[in-house]
Amino acid sequence: MEKLYTFLKYTFITLWTVFIVAPFLWAVSTSFKDFQSVNSKVTYIPWLDFEPTLEGWRVLVKSPARGGVDIVEPYFNSIFVTCTASLVSIVLGTLAAYALSRFTFKAGFIRNNDITFFFISQRIMPPIVLSIPFFIFLSTIGLLDSLLGLVVVYIVLLMPIAVWIMVDFFNRVPKELDETALIDGCNPYQAFYKVVLPNSIPGLIVAGMFCIIFGWIDFFFAFILTFTEVQLLPVKVVALNSSITPWWSLSASALISVAPLIIVAFVVERYLSKGNLSGALK
Amino acid sequence: MNLIGEHITYKPDDQFHLNDVSFNFKKGNLYTILGRTLSGKTTFLKTIAGLLNPDSGNLSFEKKDFSKFPVWERNVAMVYQQFINYPHLNVYENIIFPLKQRKLSKDKIKADVEEALKTVGLIGFENRKIQELSGGQQQRVALARSLAKKAKILLLDEPLVNLDYKLREQLREEFKKIFSEGMSQETILIYSTTDPQEVMELNGEVIVLDEGKVLQKGPAKEIFENPLNLKVAEISNDPPMNILKGLKNSDNLNFENISIKSPKHFKNLENQNYNFGIRASEIKLDDNGEEFEIELAEISGSETLLHLKKGNSKLIALIEEVMNFKIHQKVKVIFNSNKFYAFNQSGELVSSPYGINNG
Repeated sequence: MEKLYTFLKYTFITLWTVFIVAPFLWAVSTSFKDFQSVNSKVTYIPWLDFEPTLEGWRVLVKSPARGGVDIVEPYFNSIFVTCTASLVSIVLGTLAAYALSRFTFKAGFIRNNDITFFFISQRIMPPIVLSIPFFIFLSTIGLLDSLLGLVVVYIVLLMPIAVWIMVDFFNRVPKELDETALIDGCNPYQAFYKVVLPNSIPGLIVAGMFCIIFGWIDFFFAFILTFTEVQLLPVKVVALNSSITPWWSLSASALISVAPLIIVAFVVERYLSKGNLSGALK
Repeated sequence: MNLIGEHITYKPDDQFHLNDVSFNFKKGNLYTILGRTLSGKTTFLKTIAGLLNPDSGNLSFEKKDFSKFPVWERNVAMVYQQFINYPHLNVYENIIFPLKQRKLSKDKIKADVEEALKTVGLIGFENRKIQELSGGQQQRVALARSLAKKAKILLLDEPLVNLDYKLREQLREEFKKIFSEGMSQETILIYSTTDPQEVMELNGEVIVLDEGKVLQKGPAKEIFENPLNLKVAEISNDPPMNILKGLKNSDNLNFENISIKSPKHFKNLENQNYNFGIRASEIKLDDNGEEFEIELAEISGSETLLHLKKGNSKLIALIEEVMNFKIHQKVKVIFNSNKFYAFNQSGELVSSPYGINNG
């Protein structure tokens, strides 16, 4: 029984790993191919089946004037927009979540839960519903096709995630911890940044991870709200897929666009496995 | 220079958490708040700490209106029943936290922390993380933090309730020592608990609280000897006092199916129906006694608790040795009738073996 279980477990894990990793291997191998090796026949193994070339990668950093597809600028645009929006969302979202978790608000029929729901409801709506209002809004204030405009929109998209995660996190931090800080001579602001915040790092990391992931992979708003001045990475990568698709550089750009997320995942995983994410507070 | 509360009422929802509570706490004394879960003990302590604002009533300390001071300016210390420490700090940093907050000099902090660590027996644990400590040790850290502060009001909210039996006994002993030796005469110490035994051992002034109302105030001995009514008798005894409805006539106390000779201290009591109370420890096994059936026998420590039944009468007897009984076994017990209490129909004490109305 034990053996069968172990066997099934490893079989499943192996199959799942293959399922997840295979597309990446395919993309890695394709990124080193040239036109011939992609279009003539099925090839798998470098040097044996085809001669690897760096052409697919080189194109990515060449300027369009010299026949390349410059993804360096969209790459840094994406980093800037994602990081700025995530940072602002985490700061504002954490403050909002703390208030929602600890203080009681009352305005007409509105209570704490209604406010929390208001934040989360921004994510319940299909994004396409928001696209037209956002478009009109940004064009009115003159931020269409600009980095700042994208940052503003992404804050709207990411802050609900931060609020949601942090409200849940703060609700699990015993209220007595804040109270002890107050009794020990902290005013409410000191209690927050001297006691609550240092104990919320695990929650902040999870919230930050989600903000970065959702910000980084967004295609829809990046596509709708930009034209020529500013381009974000997902739009640029998809734009490669035109009448004659350069599969090799498409693969290469896809790989470097997921690279930051893989790094984030490893960092968080390491943090998780150290046991810091749970058990800090009981 | 006292902590005085007048008619403090707190009613955040349909129920009273505090109902017209008044008190006058003097420096250098120990006060215990005895009450069951949800009786308002924590609310009481939080009101004094300033974490809750009562709906009405006055709270003054050293002749100043305490309600004008926010929590962080009140100089109180509080130990919770959950072991609340700062998880991101080690033991030493935890204890100096309130002292640093008050910007005391480094030497003073060092001396105070050392003293507090010594008092709670945690010397050598300074650099440990809070998560690495056992529950008892965590609670010691919380206590050390409160002691090091040298606050004028020290609040302990059921500090032992979440510890296991043995540790509770041990810490209770230590608390007694700390409270009698280690506390300054400037401190008002308020200790809340559900455990009557703890109240008796700490032997301070007791306030019995139920549904936010003060049922009785007085020294621990007084509460034990003369519980003012059935509620107090129930709350201040563990196992709860046995209450039997019965009729007193000139010679006997007649219960449902037992009759006992009326004790001397009942002689001036009118002949009528009463609720008679007797502690579980005043019921003894005796071959000449009344026959009861055992419903349940629990052994705790070196004692045996017998749940007895006869007709509709149910009793709990505390036998001071470990004995094995079978369920439904018949045993004979006698009542120490000299220790009977009499409560009238509305539940008030009319006669006690220790002095009330026994003329």
